[in-house]
Amino acid sequence: MLSASQIVFERYFEPVFLPVNFSLDGGELLLVTGANGCGKTTLIRVIAGILHPTSGVIENRFGQMAYIGHNLGIKDDLSVLENLRFMRDFNGVSERSCEHIIRQAGLRRVAEQQARTLSAGQRKRCALARLLLGDFRLWLLDEPYSNLDAEGIALVDAMLHQHLGSGGACVLATHGTHLPEWNRTQDLSLVSGAVN
Amino acid sequence: MNMKTSRKTKPRKNPLLMFIHKMGSPPWFYQFSGKLIPWFWLIFAVLATWALYLGLFKAPADYLQGESVRIMYLHVPAAWMSMLIYSLMAVMGFIALVWRIRMMEILAIASAPIGAAFTIVTLASGSLWGRPTWGTYWVWDARLTSELVLLFLYLGVIGLYKSIDEPRKAARAACLLAIVGAVNLPIIHFSVKWWNTLHQGSSISLLGGSSIDASMLWPLLIMAVATKFYYGANLLTRARVSLLEQDKRKSWVREAIMEQD
Amino acid sequence: MLLAFRRRTELMFPVLFLLVVVSLFPLGIGPSPQLLARIAPGVIWIAALLATVISLDALFRTDFEDGTLEQFVISGHPLTLITLAKTVAHWLVASLPIILLSPLLAIWMNLPMESRGVMMMTLALGTPILSLIGSIGVGLTVSLKRGGQLLSLLVFPLYVPILIIATAAMMAASDGLPYAQFLGLLLAGLILSLTLAPFAAAAALKISLS
Repeated sequence: MLSASQIVFERYFEPVFLPVNFSLDGGELLLVTGANGCGKTTLIRVIAGILHPTSGVIENRFGQMAYIGHNLGIKDDLSVLENLRFMRDFNGVSERSCEHIIRQAGLRRVAEQQARTLSAGQRKRCALARLLLGDFRLWLLDEPYSNLDAEGIALVDAMLHQHLGSGGACVLATHGTHLPEWNRTQDLSLVSGAVN
Repeated sequence: MNMKTSRKTKPRKNPLLMFIHKMGSPPWFYQFSGKLIPWFWLIFAVLATWALYLGLFKAPADYLQGESVRIMYLHVPAAWMSMLIYSLMAVMGFIALVWRIRMMEILAIASAPIGAAFTIVTLASGSLWGRPTWGTYWVWDARLTSELVLLFLYLGVIGLYKSIDEPRKAARAACLLAIVGAVNLPIIHFSVKWWNTLHQGSSISLLGGSSIDASMLWPLLIMAVATKFYYGANLLTRARVSLLEQDKRKSWVREAIMEQD
Repeated sequence: MLLAFRRRTELMFPVLFLLVVVSLFPLGIGPSPQLLARIAPGVIWIAALLATVISLDALFRTDFEDGTLEQFVISGHPLTLITLAKTVAHWLVASLPIILLSPLLAIWMNLPMESRGVMMMTLALGTPILSLIGSIGVGLTVSLKRGGQLLSLLVFPLYVPILIIATAAMMAASDGLPYAQFLGLLLAGLILSLTLAPFAAAAALKISLS
């Protein structure tokens, strides 16, 4: 349902990574690993459609995607609850209960606080909460574990298993030591394309 | 080897389309333009000399303005080029954005400084022309004011291109701006002309409304053609330099440079 | 819009800027009523123009920086509509105060009574055009650190026709001449920018995100 063939992305006329090929179906996890600067974020953004590949073909038949990147996509001036409400009304399923999801994400205590006052981990949880707000068949997660404590990491893995188990697909990029476990995982180790 | 995205259509047998498609290939463009450039310079030199000869020596002086009317042979073709280049830049920019053709990006961006230079020449020559005619170096007449706004448009495109780090992103942004400017250009022209008549009753124009005598027309037209070759030569030269710079690590560049030795 | 009102103090800046700029003219040129009346249309409109540009940079910048813009692009909702909606919201918050304050400016600049109504009409028709064309400029410069400075350079040439037509309308009204055709032109410009500008702004934003 998601297939990539000879994807190359150039910056300053240099390829960021060596050509990428993969195909992903529902229920599968694509684990993108690699050193810092090898282009994991770039690849995810190409899949998301924010960037156009310099050459190569991407076919994405997954429909609605959810993307969580370095910029979390939450508004500092709004409270957690307001952020979630906005995300849900904009992009999600309107029947979902924001309050329930806030509790799931462990943000009940800070639900009314402005997002700018939250800790990095809490902000990450708020951003991740958007995954529960709609029926997104494809998740694109760029460093989902960063800034999270052990509880937060477990939460992400739980959400991930639930999503994959119900037939959703996920592309997950991480350079950290914690790797998600799933029996239908494809490993994509990105190699930097810079010529020495 | 050229990697093509899925969006590019396969070239049909139509020779024109094949030519355009080939133009998009950097090594081919490099070779082809290398052959054209010396000819363009030659033709420009010949035509420009001829036009200047006719204009400076053969054409009559103006009844009212005397010898100073001869600046027109530089001023008017420069003005025409300043507007033509902007339109071309916008068209190339449009092609570059819609079909994602790098060669078009390069050509569009390379056109900007040339067009800006023509605009400056127009303004400077207009100013020098005005001095003996009106007594001052600047008058807010329709053409000079339009050219000034055009210069700002050019500087905006160049400025935007230079302020973005990544070259292809910078080129795309500048191309979009060029297109927006081109759409506005007729509106700006029209409104400036109107503004001029509104504020001064009758429009002051350096050339006046009278028809031009044939002996004055020829140098003008020949110079106009000459400037096009100047643009062509200059554009291709700049484009080649950009191309070498961008592709410096690719094998075709190494081969091309070795061939030149 | 909710966001805009969270930062209420920042809303005041363009308005205060407008007032300060206009008041500089009598101070710099001398308070002669006839002189002020003659330059009033231009001064008021140029001040409105500058105030709009100042407030424009905020249009997409926060969304760009906090990742919300990327979410808009991914969502599958047409970015063009989102751009248009944000520009309209920006106009309501930033330019409407300018229009409402303009009678005060007219009094300061001794604008003849006959033109005051026309002034408000030109502002009502023209400031949305400024916002719409400006949104394209913002889209192009939003990824730059000092985008605001370049923004002014980019949009001012595009604003020239609006300035010319709006001030022409006001001057015609002062002289008792017909001005409807100028307003008609502004209306045409508004319709044109409403249809074209959002596309260009959306394209610009996509380029800025890359």
